Amino acid sequence: MNGRMYKYLAAVAVVTACVLLYVGKRVAWFEDMMFPTWLSILVCVLIAASMFWILLRTIKGKPAERRTVFLYVGIAVSLPLLMTISVHVPISTEGQLLFDGMKRIQPGSKVLVSFDYDPPSAPELQPMAEAFMRYCFERDIKVIIIGLWPQGPQQANLALAKLLAEPAISAKNLVYGVDYVNLGFQSGNEFVIQRMGSDFKSMFPADYRGTPYDSLPLVGNVRNFSGIDYSFNLSAGYPGTREWVLIGVDRFGLVMGAGNTAVQTTGMYPYVRSGQLKGILGGMSGAAEIEELTERLGKGAKFMVAQSFGHMVMIVFIVIGNVAYFLHERKKKKA
Amino acid sequence: MKQRCRNRIRTVSLLLIICQAVVSSATSVFAQSFPVTDSTIASAHVEAQVYPVPPDAAPAPPLSVTAGDTPDDAGGSLTIRWDASADETRGKVKYYRIFRAPNVGGRPGEFEPLGELPAGTTQYSDGKIATRKGFWEQVLHSTDSAAYFYKVAAVNDSAVNGTVYWQAQSESEVVGPVRSSAQWFNFQRINVLVGLLLLCAFIVYYIERAKAGKPIFIRKIAGLEAVDEAVGRATEMGRKIFYIPGSQDMDQVQTLAGITILGRVAEMAAVYDARLEVPVSRSLVMVTCREVVKEAYARAGRPDSFNEKQVHYITDDQFGYAAAIDGMVVRERPATIFMMGLFYAEALILAETGNFVGAIQIAGTAEPSQLPFFVAACDYTLIGEELFAASAYLSREPRQLGSLKGQDIGKGVVLAAIIIGILLETLGVYHFAQLFKVIGY
Amino acid sequence: MRREIPLLITGIVGIVLVVAYFIPHFPFNRMADWSADWFSIVAAFAIWLGALNLFRLSIENVVKRKPGWGYAVVIIVCFLISAGVGFIEGRDFRNPGSASDWIYNYVYTPLSSTMFAILAFFVASASYRAFRARNLDATLLLLAAFFVMLGRVPIGDMLVGFLPEHWRLSDLSTWVMNFPNTAGQRAILIGIALGIVSSSLRIILGIERSHLGGD
Repeated sequence: MNGRMYKYLAAVAVVTACVLLYVGKRVAWFEDMMFPTWLSILVCVLIAASMFWILLRTIKGKPAERRTVFLYVGIAVSLPLLMTISVHVPISTEGQLLFDGMKRIQPGSKVLVSFDYDPPSAPELQPMAEAFMRYCFERDIKVIIIGLWPQGPQQANLALAKLLAEPAISAKNLVYGVDYVNLGFQSGNEFVIQRMGSDFKSMFPADYRGTPYDSLPLVGNVRNFSGIDYSFNLSAGYPGTREWVLIGVDRFGLVMGAGNTAVQTTGMYPYVRSGQLKGILGGMSGAAEIEELTERLGKGAKFMVAQSFGHMVMIVFIVIGNVAYFLHERKKKKA
Repeated sequence: MKQRCRNRIRTVSLLLIICQAVVSSATSVFAQSFPVTDSTIASAHVEAQVYPVPPDAAPAPPLSVTAGDTPDDAGGSLTIRWDASADETRGKVKYYRIFRAPNVGGRPGEFEPLGELPAGTTQYSDGKIATRKGFWEQVLHSTDSAAYFYKVAAVNDSAVNGTVYWQAQSESEVVGPVRSSAQWFNFQRINVLVGLLLLCAFIVYYIERAKAGKPIFIRKIAGLEAVDEAVGRATEMGRKIFYIPGSQDMDQVQTLAGITILGRVAEMAAVYDARLEVPVSRSLVMVTCREVVKEAYARAGRPDSFNEKQVHYITDDQFGYAAAIDGMVVRERPATIFMMGLFYAEALILAETGNFVGAIQIAGTAEPSQLPFFVAACDYTLIGEELFAASAYLSREPRQLGSLKGQDIGKGVVLAAIIIGILLETLGVYHFAQLFKVIGY
Repeated sequence: MRREIPLLITGIVGIVLVVAYFIPHFPFNRMADWSADWFSIVAAFAIWLGALNLFRLSIENVVKRKPGWGYAVVIIVCFLISAGVGFIEGRDFRNPGSASDWIYNYVYTPLSSTMFAILAFFVASASYRAFRARNLDATLLLLAAFFVMLGRVPIGDMLVGFLPEHWRLSDLSTWVMNFPNTAGQRAILIGIALGIVSSSLRIILGIERSHLGGD
């Protein structure tokens, strides 16, 4: 088969997989399809064996190409979602600090949740958002949602739709405008935070649906940050946690915790150490941590298994790559 | 029987009168700071209670209450300070309640509660001040029009699960009237001003030295030395040069730095007769880049070689932009790719695709989280400030080189401050580090 | 004059905004806000320039049947559908159940997520290629990557469960991220900050004019 045939075959395989996934999700059998434990172990052993075979081929002078790496990474992050494997997620100091802050929020308090991310960061941040808001709804804590990114409020709506369909929360008959509200997106980046410090209404004259600010019971008497008891920021970049800390926390005394993508979490640790941030969740492991702390395991915990396998595969390929490099160097020296 | 009932009623009434007398005769201690015209003695105030207040429940009132304008701001804020109640350490103070009254003819109007703060707090900022409206009103007047009176009460209560069974508070003396005002200089930022002036002084000094003809040494930056080779490679292979000036808008300094380097690269491309393409993510960047490339071609004596379509807009969306460029790179297989500017998550996608097609890649960004990806996937990477130095490096213009030297001296001063600070902190001297604290944004 | 007027505007606005940082009195405290508002307005109008440019080039590619003209057809069709749906729905475009909402949930979100997911594959191929123990620096980089990658996932601790509590891979990974990594990032940030000041000063003083098309 020539190169073009391979490309067509690959395209057909991808389209077939997508159709199967879509159909499976619609008819719900995919949600329930999980490998039994013995099959999970067998799959892991087969993958390990094939990687050992790749190592042997590398030693024999046939190094793996990047498409092989892509294939194994694809398998490593997708198959664990079907396996009955769970991993215990250790709780970080920063995650525990965040949860301790959450436990101090009293029923009836008003919490501001800022959705500062878009769909690409949703796998990391959406489980955090769901876990946090579930915790609030279960304890009668009121939630005020805003977004400094255009797609943020829509991500919030997706999380709300999922949470409100859960039996425990739907039984509470939460009322929009009384128990939670989505004020929508406002452009202006950090200047929005600055102006919210004096007047929320000037930045959000109406909510996401166009309802005037004053006619929303939950926020009608919230003039500025002094009416907010706690704030949780979900951030994937700029504007995000740094801007909230520099303006909301430093200037207006906001009590704030945050959830960030893994890449930018390390840059926020100084704010946690200085006490400006009351804890932070980082990436997928942060999502798994908050699910473990709130005792409701969900996508975060499931994705951590896939991430673990993905990291293992990458490390094995790094080792294989170094073996290939050293063998090549030895050959060069002999030559 | 009737007489016994009357006696009982009389006894109970007498007891109630005695209790009332005991409660209403309890007084609080005063602190003199802004005395009002008639000396008002604060009394222990008892809320209407379901349960009786224990006799010694009322805490001592807060001491030394002062109210004044919050410094270094734009007005609209007053700060109330007090010393802790003498009973705070004995646990008799649950929180402090702040009261405010408007100024009515020099005397306080009706007091209303403003806020409550937990025990241990000794300061409150009142930002709910009526401020002046109107542009010229605010420009010409520093002081706000409204004046207020304040008092602070120490509150003790018995609350279980949100239900308050009894409450007792003792109020301080009234202070006022006070007005907020705006300041013309923020003294909290004086350290920033000194640092900025020092750095600018170094830069200007070395610019002047460079203008006077003094040679300025600048170390080799591998990525910039390779620009010539990269452009030449594209000419030899007959393939394109792609220049990606970041994925953000003109309000970012890194984008400006990237566009500055584009001018130099475009001039080189015009001289070598290499085909240059500049796909951009923002409309304002497109307009600017077009102008820059056109001028660069004119400077190289090749104005006719410039085509407006070389610089074209793709999309504002981060991943749409990355997808489009990936597609163009895979189809057209450029010989050289420059990525200079501010990038976020799309950095690795662009760099890896370029690596896949075998292009020589020179990248530069001041976004620390993306630098590792560029280092791993590109042939040369300009790290952080090297991106801002690139324009000076490529042009070799004395004034620009002088500014680099001044910047480096500034960095030397920062290094010295860090070393001194570490030593002093280790020895337990903390004042030095406080000099560098920046308050506010 | 074509270059002098922009240089003058740049210089005046730059100096005024720097000075405004130190003056809390009105109107200086609002100048940064007003500048940001003006920039947002100008950028919003400028989007038309970019969009029309994209549209015009795509049509030209289709008409002249240039290589890859099929992609230009996709651009034109998607552009017209998205813009048309948005105009028809007006202010209700963000309401759940609207056509724009459908496009967001079932077209935009999967496409964006797919592109972001490609990073996982590219990180693997970049690691496979770049993490070679060529010299001491590269070896240190390799070891740091090894410990951090394993320490960030639960499997890392499971593999070294026999070690005492603060000596496990997650603790080592946290130490590497909190200390050497943070120190390095801060050093780079200090250099960047100084570079930005120097670069901005050159632009404000008119020494740097390349972005205006000059020398």
